[in-house]
Amino acid sequence: MLPPRRLQQRSRLLQAVRSFFLSRQYLEVDTPLLLPELIPESRIIPYRCEERFLQTSPELCMKILLARGYPRLFQICHCFRRGETGRYHRSEFTMLEWYHAGWGYAELMAEAEELLQALASEKGFTALDRRGILQRHGHRISLQPPWERLTVDEAFRRHAGIPARAALADDRFDELLVTRVEPRLGWQHPVFLCDYPVEQGSLARCKEEDPQSVERFELYIAGMELANGFSELTDAGEQEDRFSGEIRAIRAAGRPAAMPRRFLDALDAMPETAGIALGFDRLLMLLSGADRIADVLAMDPESW
Amino acid sequence: MYSASDLRKGLKVQIDGEPYIIIEFEFSKPGKGQALYRTKMRNMITGNQFTQTYRSNDKFEKPDLEERTMQFLYSQDNEYHFMDTTSYEQIFLTREQLGDNVNFLVDNMEVQVLFFDNRPIDISLPIFVNLEVTRADPWVKGDTSGTDTKPVTVETGYRLQVPPFVNQGDRIQIDTRTGEYITRVKE
Repeated sequence: MLPPRRLQQRSRLLQAVRSFFLSRQYLEVDTPLLLPELIPESRIIPYRCEERFLQTSPELCMKILLARGYPRLFQICHCFRRGETGRYHRSEFTMLEWYHAGWGYAELMAEAEELLQALASEKGFTALDRRGILQRHGHRISLQPPWERLTVDEAFRRHAGIPARAALADDRFDELLVTRVEPRLGWQHPVFLCDYPVEQGSLARCKEEDPQSVERFELYIAGMELANGFSELTDAGEQEDRFSGEIRAIRAAGRPAAMPRRFLDALDAMPETAGIALGFDRLLMLLSGADRIADVLAMDPESW
Repeated sequence: MYSASDLRKGLKVQIDGEPYIIIEFEFSKPGKGQALYRTKMRNMITGNQFTQTYRSNDKFEKPDLEERTMQFLYSQDNEYHFMDTTSYEQIFLTREQLGDNVNFLVDNMEVQVLFFDNRPIDISLPIFVNLEVTRADPWVKGDTSGTDTKPVTVETGYRLQVPPFVNQGDRIQIDTRTGEYITRVKE
């Protein structure tokens, strides 16, 4: 029998993800895409649409809903980021984002493990064998929890031969991450990189025992960044200070930026929460054995 | 001037006064990090290669190349001979200089030959070329790759993936920038 084609696997993944979260009493939401204010992130360039912006992520709207008293939310939606086209990137892509009030990043890492393990038992994904082992580029990757938690600093020392702080001071953090660290992560089991320097997580809460680090993690499978999560920063004053730095950087690059007032007003009412954004297309790349993100989309206007 | 976001495979830039062509290109960007443009460059005169990662604010000069329309005559050993269709002057380029372009060259094809300091260094092909399929395997049902394509060989010896309905003897259009199948053509 012919294996299911990629679009059928996409549909199957949408349904499997939905049943996972619905069975855990998460509320599915669909928040607006066209917004008058965005979270200022200097490294992410939004599309302007007349006097508004296309969302670069659903984080702003979902946190406002958390502040209004919805404690468990998930959303599968399209996000838009200018100038991001490559093997793993599209300017329009699909994000799976979820938030759980009362949790920190440790609980969320455990839930990401459970999600992938649940998907591993689904039928009909080309790259999963009968026992739910993921096949990728000749490697066999077991999704069985628990997965390794590796601090960013340890990963830099191990794979780039330099402490993370030193890479940051040299302005080589991203370059070493992409060329030396990421390609080595997650070839036997998925790996969580965790505890980022505070400069690398403007929406994440600082670690109590180390205020120069934030409770942020990234999930890697087969050298690919799949998800990014935090213990969310809920202090509006501190958040505004961190945004000020981002806004200065955006304006220095000649782009407009404004303090997202509606978001900051809501933040004080938001409970302690952990949230995570997962690249839905990349997850499908892994499960269906695709090499390029273009191969898992319904269609790819960026190559027209 | 080009900026880093213009970089892509096949683009020609000038670095330290010499022309380079990008032979490998990958866009990378950590979700919360900066865009990085990873390239492998080949010096179009010496053939030397190097890899380099560029950032968004890097800028590049366009190389000062002269283009002349020439006809491909024949290849012998490692040399590919071309003739200027107005002056009848003949020149040749080596296989190394032509790189992947040799996959799409057939006799009498008109191309643009690029000269730097009056030396031929590369050619520029039409974006689309039509080539004959000289060998096509039957499509294997139950193929587990999850795709609906099969490999064929065209008259230049180049192999590529095409839809299952393409047969030996068909002419197909290929995008020379990507090397990918576009459509079957009737001539």
